[in-house]
Amino acid sequence: MKLTVSWLKKHLNTKATIDVIEEALTNIGLEVEETIKTNNNLELFKVAKIIKAEKHPNADKLKVCKVDIGKKNINVVCGAANARDGLKTVYAPPGAIIPKNGMKLVVANIRGVESSGMLCSENELGVSDESDGIIEVSNKKTGEKFFNKSEEILDIAITPNRSDCLGIRGIARDLSAYGLGKFIEEKKINLKQKSKKKINVEIKKNSGCFAFGSLFIEGVKNCESPNWLKKDLESLGLKPISAIVDITNYVMFDLNRPMHAYDADKVNGKIIVRQSKNNESFEALDDKEYKIPSSACLITDNTKVLGLGGIIGGKSTAISSDTKNIILEAAAFDPVVIAKFSKRLSIMTDAKFRFERGVDPNSIEVGLKLAAQLITEICGGKISKIKITGTTKNKNKKVKFDLNNFKKLIGFSINSKDCKNILEKLGFKIKIKKQYFDLEVPSWRPDISQEADIIEEILRIKGLDRIESIPPTSIKSKPALNYHQKLFHLVQRSYASRGFFETISWSFTNSKLNQYYSDKNIKIINPISSDLDVLRSSNFVNLILQAKSNLDRSNSNLQMFEVGPVFNSDLSQEIIASGILVGKKMSSTWVANDANFNVFDAKENLNYILSDLGLQVDRLIVQKSNKVYYHPGQSGDVFLGNEKGPKVGSFGTIHPLILQKMDIQNTNIFGLEVYLDNFIEPKKPQRITKKQLIKSDFQIVERDFAFILDKNVRANNLISVIQKTDSLIKSIKVFDVYEGDKIDKEKKSLAIKVLFEPSDKTLTDKEIDELSAKVIAAAESIGGSLRSQ
Amino acid sequence: MLDLKSLSQEINSKIEEINDRQSLEAVKTYYLGKKGIITEAFKDIGKIDPEKRKSFAAELNIIKSNFLNILNNSQSRIDLKEIETKLSLETIDITLPANEIVKGKIHPVSQVIDELTSIFAEIGFSVAEGPDIENEFNNFTALNTPEHHPARDMHDTFYLDENKKILLRTHTSPVQIRTMLDNKPPIKIIAPGRTYRCDSDMTHTPMFHQLEGLHIDKDINMGHMKGCLDFFLKRFFEDDNLEMRFRPSHFPFTEPSVEVDISYKLENNKIVVGKGDKWLEVLGCGMVHPNVLNNVKIDPKKFQGYAFGVGIDRLAMLKYGITDLRSFFEGDLRWSEHFGFDANDVPTNYRGLSK
Repeated sequence: MKLTVSWLKKHLNTKATIDVIEEALTNIGLEVEETIKTNNNLELFKVAKIIKAEKHPNADKLKVCKVDIGKKNINVVCGAANARDGLKTVYAPPGAIIPKNGMKLVVANIRGVESSGMLCSENELGVSDESDGIIEVSNKKTGEKFFNKSEEILDIAITPNRSDCLGIRGIARDLSAYGLGKFIEEKKINLKQKSKKKINVEIKKNSGCFAFGSLFIEGVKNCESPNWLKKDLESLGLKPISAIVDITNYVMFDLNRPMHAYDADKVNGKIIVRQSKNNESFEALDDKEYKIPSSACLITDNTKVLGLGGIIGGKSTAISSDTKNIILEAAAFDPVVIAKFSKRLSIMTDAKFRFERGVDPNSIEVGLKLAAQLITEICGGKISKIKITGTTKNKNKKVKFDLNNFKKLIGFSINSKDCKNILEKLGFKIKIKKQYFDLEVPSWRPDISQEADIIEEILRIKGLDRIESIPPTSIKSKPALNYHQKLFHLVQRSYASRGFFETISWSFTNSKLNQYYSDKNIKIINPISSDLDVLRSSNFVNLILQAKSNLDRSNSNLQMFEVGPVFNSDLSQEIIASGILVGKKMSSTWVANDANFNVFDAKENLNYILSDLGLQVDRLIVQKSNKVYYHPGQSGDVFLGNEKGPKVGSFGTIHPLILQKMDIQNTNIFGLEVYLDNFIEPKKPQRITKKQLIKSDFQIVERDFAFILDKNVRANNLISVIQKTDSLIKSIKVFDVYEGDKIDKEKKSLAIKVLFEPSDKTLTDKEIDELSAKVIAAAESIGGSLRSQ
Repeated sequence: MLDLKSLSQEINSKIEEINDRQSLEAVKTYYLGKKGIITEAFKDIGKIDPEKRKSFAAELNIIKSNFLNILNNSQSRIDLKEIETKLSLETIDITLPANEIVKGKIHPVSQVIDELTSIFAEIGFSVAEGPDIENEFNNFTALNTPEHHPARDMHDTFYLDENKKILLRTHTSPVQIRTMLDNKPPIKIIAPGRTYRCDSDMTHTPMFHQLEGLHIDKDINMGHMKGCLDFFLKRFFEDDNLEMRFRPSHFPFTEPSVEVDISYKLENNKIVVGKGDKWLEVLGCGMVHPNVLNNVKIDPKKFQGYAFGVGIDRLAMLKYGITDLRSFFEGDLRWSEHFGFDANDVPTNYRGLSK
């Protein structure tokens, strides 16, 4: 909302400067976004008369002019051909800045003659492109300021609750309550009724219009608006159209009272305000044809739609330069109806903006009177009686206000006199009772309905800087983070400690890519762009997109991760910590040859991270993964405890098809995922559940075995059957895998190292042989045969 | 009888010439081996005239122990020489590069969330959460923003169904509603998280992060709010001279509502938060609206308190001098490397928030 200081002063008697006004507005909650101040520089340019122009003694093309600048004469050196005796032109003194080029003038010595300032061309003044010679002025007196005083403009961000401040009068009222000046009471307008014309108006049920005020003006002569009106509107950024239209706009910005003027000769019969039916349409003032949905509020006559009530008028009854008779409308509309249909039809008008926020229903008559007065002053005409159809039914709201509650909510106390003063100036009617105020809320404040609103009014006028800061206490009722929140924090740090870079990507993604992760997309009804049209089904979708842009920048070795939400088709979501490995483990140096990442790097990182999150790696069970975005033969799901335990992670080679579709070449991508939500909080903390440390003092025995097994037997199977054979087995490690010419095609060889740790005595050779036999028997139980020991 | 004097001289001269382990061993065997000169001399002691035997034996023992001493010294001398030779052969160019260090990074948003959590944990807040997919009630209606309220228009909402009942939360405030529905006061929570608005330009991204704060108890007033925010902003920007300004504003879910500015100055066109002559808006807050409390079945006559919301990305930008919001979500590793944080750089109150 823009306003000029001069317009504000029509409602507020104040001497405050624009700076003071700006600060006051900000302090009371009318945030100033921009101020345009008077250009003091332009004030310096004065109309001057050349008394005598003589040739410069030392330069052929220059003249020394004796110039009358009002109260005194000075000498100026000038090179213009048209500088001559008696010419009225514009003089800029030393200190002035030339608008065209930003040059600041100083007293100069030009070829031995002192020149105090400069005579300016139209081009230098920025009034035209004419640069041949100095400006010739005829309509101003010598000594007068050349430029008209510029308007001081404030642009205020009006919060949606303050519809009253969408009129300049409302802003003036607020400033007066703050103490910035005296609010100028409205002058009563007495209209002389000279026209007998009657307007027939009917408001149908559920029309969305509560009251329709109207007035007939006969015999107007529409014309261009007078300068003051044009200037006022132009300062607010509005384009003047014609006097009648400009006046309705003027009243809207002055009083927050939207109005509409109809060409009465084009209205057929009576005015009917009603709900729209299906498939009605009309051409609006913005030259667009609108199809109106049913139940909108229409202003119609006997044959046609005149306008969409409170939103936009129709072209059929538009005011033109030929308009002779007009009907003025000022109405009260249902804000919800206005908001709903203007949004549906995407119409944004100043009237709509005001009606949906709330227009004072009691301003119908005032608005009609002010507009009618201005119209007859400017365009002539005879005025009919004001007619208001319908009822505003607006009994002012009543609110009780207990002064003690101000202190209870705000923290400092306030006296009754101050409260009364502030509220009265804001337009409240007050009855002071013993314990509380009985308040009647002014009709222009739809935002105020309860005590908290009153407290806010007093506080914002009184000043928020009065609130005393109470230092916070550190009393804690709950730990700051719960188990899963700690996991979130730990998993980020764990990934980063393994060399991964954290990224944050959109929660939405491209459906064309997301389809490779899930066959069910969650569509966004109004996506920001077509390539961000669904919620992501995996963090990998965007992670790999980001990886691709890094690859495209020739950054070919990447470790990236993101911890964030992934969305399921039932609209549930879970937090997954996903990481990817791309390219080489480290760039090759002279120390070590470079090696490509492989799927076991993903697994290793996953194990490390799960261990950081408090899981024991030896309790993790790996199963083949059936996630569609992984390579089916190179991916696994990781469970805790057993295959029915919680699934805590997955890892694998990203499906090559995805990389192919995304045009990622010459590299594999390996992924790992931690399913944080599947973690079950241990009943007791680790410090309690941790077993006692038992250190065996007896020799640990190490035995290596190699078994020939069917290819489809997994290392895990072998390890778990052997592990179960004896409690003395401390660990089993696979140290070699062989498939090839030396053994059967359908077979593979697994070499393992088994550690036996005795607890009470050193193992004898015999006992060791027995243990070895158990290991071999276990391997045989799953079809293995000993290859070597 | 062996001439001990000449033996002693002979030993000395032989050992002096020795420079390597082999010759040393040879000399040792020559004198002390099974058939060594000294060994033989001891064997022959019995043959010596008993009168001279005693003094001869004593002298021979001295010669032996001297010999062993000298032998030891030579051994050490040779060892040292050998090691020196070895070391000089092993010398390398230590200016050659080691393997590149592989160092991951934490995203500035995560780091700032950790900082904020640390700050608020210190004054008794705990962390609450809510889903990104919200319903219209929690995101708007319960927050005193009924349908067709103009404030809804200010949030460009992403909807997931045609009826506009399911949406991506436009702010973290619905976490207030969830928390109050599930818990009885006192409530003292912060809720960091992702938020979404259908808006994208130089300074807006369709997804961003907010931190919500809520403190409800019997007697929590605006003074507590001011104290809490003052503590938070000074801690976060690590500057006790930071000034804060309250301006009245409007949010449907608070009454009175306040916008908070912090002081800053421009240094070489860069915003430096701290004591300064300019103001920068950083957060919105206010006393929770009685309608909101009623909506979550908390009696506004018995309980009251404040709520606030702050943009996390913006805090990160201000504190760490990041100018482009869009870069937060692009995953450019050059950016992560530059603005990211080390894994072990965990903000704590004893160590300080930032390194």
